[in-house]
Amino acid sequence: MVTTLVGMRISALDRKLLRDLRLMWSQVLTIALVVASGVGGFITSLSAVDSLALARDRFYASGHFADVFASVKRAPNALAATLLATPGVADVQTTIEQIVRIELPGVADPVLGQLIGVDPQVPARMNRVTLRNGRGFEQGTEDAQGAQAMRLSEQAIPTLVSAAFADARGLRPGARISALINGKRRTLQITGIALSPEFIFAGLQGVPDLRGFGVFWVPRDALAAAYDMDGAFNRLAVKLAPGASENAVLDALSARLIRYGGREAYGRKDQASHAILDSEIKQQRVLGTLLPSIFLGVAAFLLNVVVSRLVATQREQIAALKALGYPNLTIGVHYLKLVLAIVALGLMLGVLLGDLLGRQFLHLYAESFQFPNFDYRMAPWLPVVGGGITLTTAVLGTLNAILATVRLAPAEAMRPQAPGHYRRTLLERLGITRISPALRMILRNMERRPLRTALSTAGVAASVAIVVMGNFFSDAIDYIVDAQFNLALRSDVVVWIPEAADDSARHELARLPGVTMVESGRDVAVRFIHGHLSQRGAIQGLARQAELRRIVDIDKHVASQLGGAGLVMTDRLADKLDLRVGQTVRVEVLEGQQRTADVPLTATVRDMMGLNAYMERRALNRLLQEGDLSTQFALAIERGREPELLQATQQMPRVIGAFSKATVLRNMQEVSARNIRIMSTVLTLFATVIAVGVVYNNARIALAERTWELASLRVLGFTRAEVSGLLLGEMVIGIAVALPLGMAMGYGVVQLVSRLVASDQFLFPAVIQPATYAWSAMVVLAAAAASALVVRRRIDKLDMVAALKTRE
Amino acid sequence: MTDAPVVFSAHALCKVYRSGEVEVHALRDVDMEIRRGEFVVLLGASGSGKSTLLNILGGLDLPSSGEVRFGDTALTGASEKDLTTYRREHVGFVFQFYNLIPSLTVRENLALVTDIAKDPMPVDEAIEWVGLTPRRDHFPAQLSGGEQQRVAIARAIVKRPDVLLCDEPTGALDYLTGKLVLEVIARINVELGTTAVVITHNAAIAGMADRVIYLGDGRIQKVEMNAHKISPSELRW
Repeated sequence: MVTTLVGMRISALDRKLLRDLRLMWSQVLTIALVVASGVGGFITSLSAVDSLALARDRFYASGHFADVFASVKRAPNALAATLLATPGVADVQTTIEQIVRIELPGVADPVLGQLIGVDPQVPARMNRVTLRNGRGFEQGTEDAQGAQAMRLSEQAIPTLVSAAFADARGLRPGARISALINGKRRTLQITGIALSPEFIFAGLQGVPDLRGFGVFWVPRDALAAAYDMDGAFNRLAVKLAPGASENAVLDALSARLIRYGGREAYGRKDQASHAILDSEIKQQRVLGTLLPSIFLGVAAFLLNVVVSRLVATQREQIAALKALGYPNLTIGVHYLKLVLAIVALGLMLGVLLGDLLGRQFLHLYAESFQFPNFDYRMAPWLPVVGGGITLTTAVLGTLNAILATVRLAPAEAMRPQAPGHYRRTLLERLGITRISPALRMILRNMERRPLRTALSTAGVAASVAIVVMGNFFSDAIDYIVDAQFNLALRSDVVVWIPEAADDSARHELARLPGVTMVESGRDVAVRFIHGHLSQRGAIQGLARQAELRRIVDIDKHVASQLGGAGLVMTDRLADKLDLRVGQTVRVEVLEGQQRTADVPLTATVRDMMGLNAYMERRALNRLLQEGDLSTQFALAIERGREPELLQATQQMPRVIGAFSKATVLRNMQEVSARNIRIMSTVLTLFATVIAVGVVYNNARIALAERTWELASLRVLGFTRAEVSGLLLGEMVIGIAVALPLGMAMGYGVVQLVSRLVASDQFLFPAVIQPATYAWSAMVVLAAAAASALVVRRRIDKLDMVAALKTRE
Repeated sequence: MTDAPVVFSAHALCKVYRSGEVEVHALRDVDMEIRRGEFVVLLGASGSGKSTLLNILGGLDLPSSGEVRFGDTALTGASEKDLTTYRREHVGFVFQFYNLIPSLTVRENLALVTDIAKDPMPVDEAIEWVGLTPRRDHFPAQLSGGEQQRVAIARAIVKRPDVLLCDEPTGALDYLTGKLVLEVIARINVELGTTAVVITHNAAIAGMADRVIYLGDGRIQKVEMNAHKISPSELRW
């Protein structure tokens, strides 16, 4: 039938192959699924991340993304031409930018807007926005209808809004919103929805937040007028000349900009959106190569076990083939084809799965990362490399079994195999002899094939580890949230003011509705210098007896109270500066009046996010030789009174932003929590595939190898349950060992992953909740139990009579 | 012997196997009785139906029609669970290929049975019976074929079964070893009074039986009573 279907002649040996495959279909399928999970995981991660990198590169190219960025307090436009002369600088573009408070009708949650003033007459040469829909405001004067619209809203500022925010808030061209610009409430009229290579990541300070942060491009004049910036700029984008040294340019620019209140210039790696994209790509590449290698290892092991068994059961057939004159090569290739057929099926499924999941991943990415064109692409090398690695692993894994067919002498193979050699187990040799015969059989069987026992235990352990890893991300996020939002930032709302102001403002805030406590803080941009090393950063001035804003390290220990005039630094920052506790660091203040001071480092702290430096606020003010100033206030509020308070802060023109912890958490949950849940689910499913693959195939092989023995026991009067117990007991012991081993492996993998994705800026805590361990055990036990049930049904159908008629 | 209670009785026993599209009549209309303490040899060529009959008597298989009883208990229509209990409590099996558990030593292979039997004899006593005391801690792979078969016999009798069913017990053994094994079976039959049913295609073995049942083509061809049983050592083939 096969012959007619395919329409060509199939050799008898190939027909045997097809029939063998059909007979062992359940094993073929479970192994193919393990291969498919590995290949699928590889292609999903790498194709999604490859598409992400491609979209980024294209957008960077089409949008002329700048190489270097800098802020100044205020610099004359003429400075741009001077800066252009800096060696290594190819182009300079200036803008005016301000963070303002945005007010949306009916929304009490604080919303921050980054206003960017661009010149409608001069097309941007860098960080060009792409209009997704609507129109740009620069066309306003040419377009008669637009001009009329503009007149209708005389006071309104035409605005382009970032797509992520527009989508999250349902804003369309024509919509009007309010912004508190330099203390005055102004109307922004949205003309278009835009995307920018500078804001591919939709979020503030590395936290995805589609609803609480928006970017608004407005005519430069409007912003200049409001902030008294006519003929001046405060933001700078620089394109480097080909081959230029970024560090040299950064140093040169920083030096030049300092007299304009310049904060240090930085390159793409410190640019917020770029850094997030970069770390995402890095993380996915780690996961996309680490995880699939576990799957492929397991698949190779399973193939080895199954093919070895097949060769053992078919030894008479192999001998007969040899007797008939088939050469060794043909017979070896015959079994190799079997391996290749299983792997090919897995590869095919894996590529399909990878394509499907890769596209889904891209949809998730599209919510956090905004591109004008975000197309899915599976690079041809991905399936080729994935397939090549898989085939190589599979062939290497089964080589010994296939070579066994070559080594088999025909005359010997015609004789039945001698009974297996067993010996007392290690336990018994150690003197523990009070073991039931059933347990002895189980243990001796396991000890007889130590490698197989070890590998199958490792396989099940790997699936436990993968479930642990899949759920670790949500544990880590929970941990970070707890550390940052419950332990460090204990206030409910943080209120910012644009310029450092007298701390007396706290009394005003304390009188607002619901406020129970106010704690002042002051942040100052500085550059730390130690020897020849320097690092840009900020000093956070905290209260001496900090209650609402505290320093918490990665182990959730609250750092000791700040005191004296010393600094406490993130250990990574101290390391970068080669600075030890007790040594002095030079601090160069980058805002207000330029001054430098030497400050002793009194302690380091291993905190999770950022390169931070902390000081007692009053000591910081003394260091700056300024009065009792503050830039932000942490407020604790009575339960349920937050909307009332936020409403009240909106009436205070000096307040540019109010950061509500509850809102930030909610916005963060919206994206991160769901993405992590999806990832956990996918990994849990993959792990189940491994667990089923290993347990089921092992049980099937054990059953095949011991059918004769088990049938003999049934004849002796053992019940089905007792016989199943003997076979499945081996599985139970294997799993009992694999569970703790897998948890330990999971812990190790989590440590490794957290180390691989860590950066200077960010430590990923390697924390695993007990519930995650419990869940991983449950998933694997359920998979094992299901496999056991299937095999149990086969045990029930054991043909006792047939088994007794043949010699194993 | 004729007044001893009936252990097995079979009436109109038929067994039809379906092998692919072919029906094989393994047993046709078999009637027979076996009494307690008897030594019965079932003699026939391969395909004569003797193994099928033994398997049905031993509760490994069910007839297609007819009736078979063990004492007062009908084996026909018994559930899988009842048959397992029946084998566990009443039947000792010995097979051509010994069917020992390779991962267990001689004593442990016996312990496997004593662990689930109601009133077993001590393991070492059963081993003594087959003369393997010096080798009782060996694994099957360390024993000769005859020794393995004697372990199988010890394992069969250790539970003090009512019947000992042996399917070609000497089939895989050489002449001298085969005789040694038959001697053990005969001695158990005489000294323990265990009913023994032995299948063979070797007509020479018939001489040691109380009764010989000749099977051919699924039917009982004839039944012979031996007036003078001879001892296995006197058998020649």
